[in-house]
Amino acid sequence: MKYAYYPGCSSHSTARDMHESAAAVARALGIELVEIAGWSCCGATAAHQTDRVLAASLPAANMLLAKQMGLDMVVTCAACYNRMKVANHEVSSSPAMQKKVADAVGRPYDGSVAVRHLIEVLLEDVGIEKLRKSFKQSLAGLKVAAYYGCLMVRPHDITGFDDAENPTSLDRLVEAMGGQGVEWPCKVDCCGGGLNLTRTDVVVKLSGSIIDMAGAAGADCIAVACPMCQASLDLRQKDMQRLSGKRYEMPIVYVTQLLGLCLGIPPKELGLSRLMVSPSAVLQSLSAKG
Amino acid sequence: MTIKIGKATQGTGLKPLVEEMSGVNLGVCYQCRKCSAGCPVAVPAKSAPSEVIRRLHLGAGDELLESGLVWMCLSCETCYGRCPMQINFAAVIDALRSLSIARGVRAPRGNMPLFNRMFLENVRIFGRSYDLSMIAGYKLGSGTLMNDTEKFPSMLRKGKIAILPPSGADKKVVRRIFGWVGKNRGKAK
Repeated sequence: MKYAYYPGCSSHSTARDMHESAAAVARALGIELVEIAGWSCCGATAAHQTDRVLAASLPAANMLLAKQMGLDMVVTCAACYNRMKVANHEVSSSPAMQKKVADAVGRPYDGSVAVRHLIEVLLEDVGIEKLRKSFKQSLAGLKVAAYYGCLMVRPHDITGFDDAENPTSLDRLVEAMGGQGVEWPCKVDCCGGGLNLTRTDVVVKLSGSIIDMAGAAGADCIAVACPMCQASLDLRQKDMQRLSGKRYEMPIVYVTQLLGLCLGIPPKELGLSRLMVSPSAVLQSLSAKG
Repeated sequence: MTIKIGKATQGTGLKPLVEEMSGVNLGVCYQCRKCSAGCPVAVPAKSAPSEVIRRLHLGAGDELLESGLVWMCLSCETCYGRCPMQINFAAVIDALRSLSIARGVRAPRGNMPLFNRMFLENVRIFGRSYDLSMIAGYKLGSGTLMNDTEKFPSMLRKGKIAILPPSGADKKVVRRIFGWVGKNRGKAK
């Protein structure tokens, strides 16, 4: 299992915890992630809001690098995953767009590099059975609200990730770890991430209602696979408190951090101390696998 | 829903241009409004996806670019995901945003165009996003310097934001892309 790894910009900044836990989990499971040398930004939200050719060309430049490596691309950030897949769709469905992207990048790209989220690799290539066997610890019934957000599941005809309205990938991982995936209606709701700096008031409301719903469903924590979701839900809990007067203390962990703990990786290597709302109280109940 | 239609800049309004830019056929919308029911920002934006489409049907011109949804849309694509006619409304919004910048429409509250400029300028320079510089540029430009300042000490302490600029990207190809796009923007398709 060898892949061209695209970490994405947030891996070195606001989502070092995502990067650290993904790398540690991959190592423990024998997944070889070869970082793409010279990778650059996918353009995220700003490029597609500005210019369609720019939004397709920035990802294309990176997929060309993966193509040279002869490997499938693996992405951990939901936004990068989305932009790569949309760019593949843009160039492979329109010869005119393919030509413009080739002119902009300086080399032709046909949209043929397979782009996969690490979650897909874990479920499809490693498989639940092997994961189960590799776990040394159990979540011991911990109630986890699996939160998918927008960018992995939509647009579903292009990303093809799981199910558009009721995905279960993260829930299956949680259950394999001995946790309990809670039934809740906000799995694919938007956290408001795109407006985090510009209209914080909207983000606080949207993210606040997601945490409220997870709490009402009995969740001990929320598991995410997107750095924007993680930031909105984790960083904004004091703002939610100010707005509503209610107390917010919901740990927002990356699913790779939970996987790492169950694989017996020390918390320090999983970036758990970087989270704003400390997960240590709820993760105390982890037990050796019986 | 009351829709007021102003005078369009061209006889047919923005619809043909928006359809060409987004690759979307708006004629197939039959106003079932599933998009608006699922839109997380229809209320704060005081405008909804189906309403924007209807206004385009009715010949709306540049006044549509001041609609709250243009810059408050989160690109969450819930509208697209649930549309029975597979209308990619997020692509429609992206087209309206490009038009809004090209035509110099006044920036909305929150100034998303400034945020996008700051984001992309850092990508152009470093080849990757540099959060600190982007945030500082946005805050200076938008006069929101004091927002969220209480979060920075713990973010820095916990390593939740990078201090140094990113390195390692192939900056040459990134600059080439920005150069090409800048030169060819708005030229005939």
